[in-house]
Amino acid sequence: MIPELGHFSLVIAGVLSLFTALVGLSGSRNSLLQRSVVSMTVGQFALTLLSFSALVWSFATDDFSVAYVANNSNSLMPWYYKVSATWGAHEGSFLLWILITSGWMLALCLRGHQYPTSFFTKVLGIMALLNLGFICFSLFTSNPFLRLIPMTPVDGADLNPLLQDFGLIVHPPLLYMGYVGLAVPFAFAVAGLLEGQVDSAWARWSRTWTNMAWAFLTAGITLGSWWAYYELGWGGWWFWDPVENASFMPWLAATALVHSLSVTEKRGTFKSWTLLLAITGFSFSLLGAFIVRSGVLTSVHSFAVDPERGMYILIFLALVVGGSLTLYALRAGQNSTQVAYSFLSREFFMLINNLILIVALAVVLWGTMAPIGYEAVTGGRISIGTPFFNRFFVPLGLVLAIALAVLPLLNWKRTKAEALRPAGISLLIAAVFAVLIWFVLDPTSVVVATAVGLGAWVVISHGADLYKRLRKGTTLPMAYVGMTLAHVGFSVCMIGIAITATQSEESDVRMAPQGSVMLAGQRVTFLGVVEVQGPNYSAQQGVFLVEPESTGSYELRAEKRRYFAGNNVMTEAGIQAGLLADTYVSLGEPLADGAWAVRLHYKPLVRWVWLGALLMALGGIIAIFDRRYRSLRVRDTKVIGAVAQS
Amino acid sequence: MSRASLFVPLGIFIGILALGYVGFSLDARNQLPSALLGKPFPEFSAPLLLEPEVQITKADLLGQPALVNVWATWCPTCKSEHEQLMYIASATDVLMVGVDYKDRPAQAIQWLQQYGNPYDYVIDDRDGSLGIELGVYGAPETFLLNAAGEVVYKRVGDINIRIWENELLPRFKALEVEVITQAEALQGQPTVGSGAGQ
Repeated sequence: MIPELGHFSLVIAGVLSLFTALVGLSGSRNSLLQRSVVSMTVGQFALTLLSFSALVWSFATDDFSVAYVANNSNSLMPWYYKVSATWGAHEGSFLLWILITSGWMLALCLRGHQYPTSFFTKVLGIMALLNLGFICFSLFTSNPFLRLIPMTPVDGADLNPLLQDFGLIVHPPLLYMGYVGLAVPFAFAVAGLLEGQVDSAWARWSRTWTNMAWAFLTAGITLGSWWAYYELGWGGWWFWDPVENASFMPWLAATALVHSLSVTEKRGTFKSWTLLLAITGFSFSLLGAFIVRSGVLTSVHSFAVDPERGMYILIFLALVVGGSLTLYALRAGQNSTQVAYSFLSREFFMLINNLILIVALAVVLWGTMAPIGYEAVTGGRISIGTPFFNRFFVPLGLVLAIALAVLPLLNWKRTKAEALRPAGISLLIAAVFAVLIWFVLDPTSVVVATAVGLGAWVVISHGADLYKRLRKGTTLPMAYVGMTLAHVGFSVCMIGIAITATQSEESDVRMAPQGSVMLAGQRVTFLGVVEVQGPNYSAQQGVFLVEPESTGSYELRAEKRRYFAGNNVMTEAGIQAGLLADTYVSLGEPLADGAWAVRLHYKPLVRWVWLGALLMALGGIIAIFDRRYRSLRVRDTKVIGAVAQS
Repeated sequence: MSRASLFVPLGIFIGILALGYVGFSLDARNQLPSALLGKPFPEFSAPLLLEPEVQITKADLLGQPALVNVWATWCPTCKSEHEQLMYIASATDVLMVGVDYKDRPAQAIQWLQQYGNPYDYVIDDRDGSLGIELGVYGAPETFLLNAAGEVVYKRVGDINIRIWENELLPRFKALEVEVITQAEALQGQPTVGSGAGQ
């Protein structure tokens, strides 16, 4: 009964979104109709929430007559994994996607009074049209509420053990907040094109939402990377896997958009470019969904493959992206404005930033799609691996860092060359630092020293600017604080990547009980294996004693788990996390005489990669609280009044 | 920016879309990830589930086309495809071979008694060793062998009506398996759906 209720709610939500789209896009001036768009949006959210809750309920109560529950849950699982299993596979995660779309629409309604009514109803109409597409996809190709009647299984097949983890509870919701969140700037762009009104005010409205979606996306990707690091047992944090790339591409586009929007807001220029980025960002979200769910590319995270789903998404993609790009081609030229700026100006450096991000996007796109093209032409398979991406991303990252370091000193429009003198001083300090690092750490790689030096330069130049402003006694705008934090985050991340990628130590060894090996100056002793029972698995737990030279020793426990329901074997790494370095142990196969194959890693500064990314996300959120986004309310009451009268 | 350049993104998108479509229509992944495809089925020797003292080998599969279905009682998808397998068993003269993969024999026997046994042979693969030979990724998986024992088709996932009609049936015909049509098969069975009220 409850699953049917969920199914039914989803159908009604679909009907409501159809009407929202029709009314919203009809451009009707009837104020009753315009207000109905808001109430229908609220209703749509309530219904999708009900539908999602029904599915959660089916999981929580072990209702294995629901096929999706039977395939992805098991009565032995702890309650929190039962709940998170709701979004553990294709059908349920798509329902979450729909819920989040409705959630963003609801959030839009809460701030709806700030925007001109006709523009706002169009935005909601576009969002509703997208949601209608998602709901139809769910209902027709991947309904999570289908029953297994009368052959109801006694127990479920268990959730993929890889996904029975805290990371999975949080990673997809965050990531989807980002993916779907990009639909908001997309809807703003399309509505702006339809209304023929793309100006500074439009950019200011869009920025809040873009920042939010971007911050969620950043946090979601970071969490996914962290999860892969400790759960897959390979000791890496990024694999250039197609599914990772699928989330990285919208991120690159959204990062470019965040910057380009600031130019459009402050200087009223870059308009067509900003519009294009807004469309591109969400298009890559959809492309990501297509890649993950259609099985075009095989990957560790791929969902079950079903050709019908792939075809549906492909058609949806063609309509949404093709439609919006056609609109762009026809309308974007209308309100272009020419604003002059010199080479030494923020505008020009924003252009450099955007150019680098777009080239990076093209590289990832090429690396992801080329294997498909190759297979289409020759029938063979190629794989494009890390070296390809590194060849591009290392120089791109370094150039981006140079642009970042100079940025605080640049004014809009033009900057006098003398004004850049402090950058020279901070570069000198950073260079000394880099040379020091070079001698201490890695006398072989100039690139690493350069990366660390440039990272330090960005931090110093932003720090110096912050100090200058604080000494003047001016209050710092939140947008400035957010920007500084995000840029420092970028450097932290870059330094972390450079160091961990080159200074890590890794060894695969055979270890007998009481045997020990040296790892980066630490003595690692294998104490033996004990049997451990989990709620739905039994495990062999390897116990290791790690003795660093200086500080106290500690114990690490790595597990090899066998899950009862599917008989799957999983490794759970033992990790001693530290701000300066991680020590990481994972169990391989048992060998003769109680010995085990063991993989040991020492990864310096690996935490900085995620820490930096989280700082970026935090910066994005802080920037939203800038006063100029709040003061909007006062000014726009007049606009809304004017619209209401007309 | 000239008006024409605004169409560039649309052009690029159409290019990517075409590539996506081509890659998608290749859609080789569901049927062809097996290294075994086009190769002979591996040699094996394993006990039968229902007669544990009897060993079955590859030789028993030769001489006529065979459908080898890897299943288990712990696998709900296997339950959902069971009815389709029952239909295939009744409608064709293909040799049906079940591989009971990493399963408890008692439960498996009970399952066959409860839901019916579509198989001519059921191999007891409780330690999963035959499954490893076959490169089984997860149950259910189904292999179609020709009379010479070569794998001509592989399906990862359930055998449903769509797979039966689009993938298996044409290959059955190519292998000259005798198939009675759906309508013929349904004759004499209680009708379901709209006709039930007569």
